[in-house]
Amino acid sequence: MDSPHAGYILAAYLLAGVIVAGLLVLAIIDDRTQRKALEKLEAQGLRRRSSVKTEVH
Amino acid sequence: MLRFANPTLFLKLVRWLMPLAALTSALLLGWGLYMVFAVSPEDYQQGATVRIMYIHVPAAWLALSCYSLMALSSIGSLVWKHPLADVSAKALAPIGAAFTFLCLVTGALWGKPMWGTWWVWDARLTSVLVLFLVYCGIMALWTAFDDPARAARPVAILTLFGFINVPIVKFSVDWWNTLHQPASVFRMGGPSIDQSMLTPLFVMASGATALMLALHLAGMRTEIMRRRVRNLSQQLARQDGLPAQSEE
Repeated sequence: MDSPHAGYILAAYLLAGVIVAGLLVLAIIDDRTQRKALEKLEAQGLRRRSSVKTEVH
Repeated sequence: MLRFANPTLFLKLVRWLMPLAALTSALLLGWGLYMVFAVSPEDYQQGATVRIMYIHVPAAWLALSCYSLMALSSIGSLVWKHPLADVSAKALAPIGAAFTFLCLVTGALWGKPMWGTWWVWDARLTSVLVLFLVYCGIMALWTAFDDPARAARPVAILTLFGFINVPIVKFSVDWWNTLHQPASVFRMGGPSIDQSMLTPLFVMASGATALMLALHLAGMRTEIMRRRVRNLSQQLARQDGLPAQSEE
């Protein structure tokens, strides 16, 4: 790109890349953190009330 | 539609919808970037800087779309008190804030070479800055409460109050004299942009929208898990007779 304003264009696209990558990385880290915490709690035998079936006589 | 407003069913739906949205986004953004740099022409006045438009304009549209979706979710949260509605609103806030920030900075990067200034306090730029600050306020309010169920109502009220700014952003260029140009795509009489630039713009905007959808679904799934972790931690604390640890 031989535009005199190439630096502005490049900076805009780089920033967009950084923001999108940041959103993706944060989403992945948050997902893994919660998933691990949930697995740890479920390994202790804890279950959500809605997932525990109760027999009604 | 209401059938899917059940967290368990929603999680099943997300399992295939989220990767589909992510793949669609990657394909569209890849195709869009090819068109932007290899196919679309330079503008007769702005030269190559017009290429900033292909990220600035979709970012602006998504900044407003995310907020509008957040306002709809807030209505769902206030009227039906549905937990998925406030999960949706909470997941949208950081995505909307990121797109608004991208819109502001790419606007400055476009403004400097074209207007000769990074920033002016005109109605469009100022109202978008206000939108960004409202997003930040909403995110701060979410984190101010340990219990997301207690945060839902005040956040929904703040979100709906902040929605006043959305039409101000959209129509600011018509209501006031601004350095920012008036609407050139969604306007009476059709778009004023040439088709050779309109096509890559719509491809980039569609890709960014698919990305927003993928991030929103992923954010909602994580938020549902966070709430389950919180509930199970409280359950564990009750069993052990200890105070529950906050997961927020």
